[in-house]
Amino acid sequence: MPKIEVNETRCKGCQLCTKACPKQCIEISDTFSTTGYYPAKLAKQDCCIGCGMCFQVCPDIAITVFR
Amino acid sequence: MAEKVLMKGNEALAEGAIRAGCRFFAGYPITPQNEVPEYMSWRQEEAGGAFVQAESEVSAINMLYGAAATGVRAMTSSSSPGLSLKQEGISYMAGADLPCLIVNIMRGGPGLGNIAGAQGDYTQATRGGGNGDYRTFVLAPFSVQELANFPKKAFELSEKYRVPAMILADGILGQMMEGMSFDFEPVDPKTLPQPCWAIGGKHADRARNMVFSYALGEGELEKMVLKRAERYALIERDEVIYEERDTQDAEVLIVAYGISARASIAAMNIARANGIKAGLLRPITLWPFPSKRIAELSKKVKAILCVEMSMGQMKVDVDLSVKNACPVYLHAKPGAFFPVAEEIAIAIESALKGRKDQLFNIEDLAKKAENKIYAVNNPVCKEGALL
Amino acid sequence: MNAITKRPSSLTQAQFHYCPGCGHSVVHRLVAEVIDELNIKDRAVVVAPVGCAVFADKYFDVDSIQGPHGRGPAIATGIKRAKPESIVFSYQGDGDLASIGMAEIVHAAARGENITVIFINNTIYGMTGGQMAPTTLVGQVATTAPKGRNEKLQGNPINVSEMLAQLKSAKYIERVSSDSAPNIIKAKKAIKKAFQNQLDGVGFSFVEVLSICPTNWGVTPLKGLEFLREKMIAQYPLGVFKDLTVANKEGK
Repeated sequence: MPKIEVNETRCKGCQLCTKACPKQCIEISDTFSTTGYYPAKLAKQDCCIGCGMCFQVCPDIAITVFR
Repeated sequence: MAEKVLMKGNEALAEGAIRAGCRFFAGYPITPQNEVPEYMSWRQEEAGGAFVQAESEVSAINMLYGAAATGVRAMTSSSSPGLSLKQEGISYMAGADLPCLIVNIMRGGPGLGNIAGAQGDYTQATRGGGNGDYRTFVLAPFSVQELANFPKKAFELSEKYRVPAMILADGILGQMMEGMSFDFEPVDPKTLPQPCWAIGGKHADRARNMVFSYALGEGELEKMVLKRAERYALIERDEVIYEERDTQDAEVLIVAYGISARASIAAMNIARANGIKAGLLRPITLWPFPSKRIAELSKKVKAILCVEMSMGQMKVDVDLSVKNACPVYLHAKPGAFFPVAEEIAIAIESALKGRKDQLFNIEDLAKKAENKIYAVNNPVCKEGALL
Repeated sequence: MNAITKRPSSLTQAQFHYCPGCGHSVVHRLVAEVIDELNIKDRAVVVAPVGCAVFADKYFDVDSIQGPHGRGPAIATGIKRAKPESIVFSYQGDGDLASIGMAEIVHAAARGENITVIFINNTIYGMTGGQMAPTTLVGQVATTAPKGRNEKLQGNPINVSEMLAQLKSAKYIERVSSDSAPNIIKAKKAIKKAFQNQLDGVGFSFVEVLSICPTNWGVTPLKGLEFLREKMIAQYPLGVFKDLTVANKEGK
């Protein structure tokens, strides 16, 4: 099953990926990252289709897509 | 030694730069330096270099910034108002520790001034001129011969210390024709080593290089400025160039550079014929300034006479060197007016005998002005009120 | 399972200092991917501007030079003319390029310099704190136009791409947007072409990328995207304004 990994030290919680995801798999954490942001996270199991849209819009190259 | 030929100052300078290995030139038209870009426009192509006529002096100096960063011997030339515009790029190059050559064929100022030769940019040239804590080498030729041969010297000094170099000449030198010869073999740029800091080109064999003048981390900029200050101190210790004439027995020492020094040599001879022992110290590097030698001589002479085509800009450096060891006088021809040997000879005599003829005195100038300045609310406001 | 995305090798590992959602870093990634794909890392030179992208030299793992405000195209000219084998790109924002650097960009295009220019248009001065730019939309609020840009006092925005396209020696001019994944993929295609053109000796190539500046617009990144799509594209239509690529390839 495809998935994404969010590098929490790079993510600045801009939320652009949450809107870019065609399946709305991504949500924002409710806990701070070590850099002081609410980072994005893959919220739903078996949701990601590995399309890479979130990677495209992520300004901080914080997302790695696996397929 | 090459044969002696007749050449115009600006063209001799351009050819001298080419022979020194200069392979990039960017400039913008301004009188009285136009022959430099005109000459470069065909000569660079012939030599396999690049010539760009920029849209402004600002752009030209930034093209130089880019070219100099690649490690090629690169130059720009302009004249006084153009140099004002170039200060941005000169400051950046000083901050990025890049060697390069900037030529100023000075004309009258301030503002548009006129197009005749002048020396009014002394302070701008010797104090850095742009923003921040920096210096540039300033070489002051006084003949077409020196205009032709100084570019090589300037490039070598600039590269050795990674400090921009300037040749500061005046419109008279730039425009006059004189017999000259090149005292060095042409430099093949291919024989010059590629500097380790240079950017550009294809470089699979080295790590990337960064050229920049900023340092935002706490204390980083201070470190950069201090490192540069160390080099400046070394330059002031080791790279001072000057010429002396008849200083051995001199009772009046003339300090003059560039075209003013030539008139001063003639004046010195007149003075000697009249029984006054005059000598000349001609600074060739205006920065670093020959302060040490002037200080030594100031203890031996009765007076020092500064001759310059500006209102005592160089005299400030002489005053700082002399530290009141002897009186220092000023004979000035501001506003792009050529110094005359006979008048300088009178000034020499005045300096020796404490007279005022042909000398400028600050107190006298102030007195002249005090009754002439019209307040803004003065009902009489006519043309020339300030004159 | 394999990673299908990666950080391009032409970027350093440095963390971008840009604000959350900023378009600069997206474009940085695209440029770096293009440098990787064209295999020009050992001859690329970035000319970093003054503005938010001043530290572009810290991010691109290639030779770099940081220049005075707006002078990027002049510096790029100097590098390219002195070392023609270099692949030089000037990366500039709208204050840098369209205001203080207008002369430099126009004349680099007019001379047909064989360089690549990446122009980030977010309608505002970012680094200095949201002042009005030449690209600010009429009615758009800026810290130096607190009541919004007034057409009567401050005129209308400058459409740089359309303007440069008038110049005969400008060979490739395209405006793209960084607002969505499909548009970002299109933007990369344009950027790649602008670099390929330089390799092919085509001449002056220019890509304008519309970008959001949530911080200085005073909105969230997601709201910023709405502004870009609804307001910016109306003023700055996307598309190719000039493409003389084929006719100008060296040897054709």
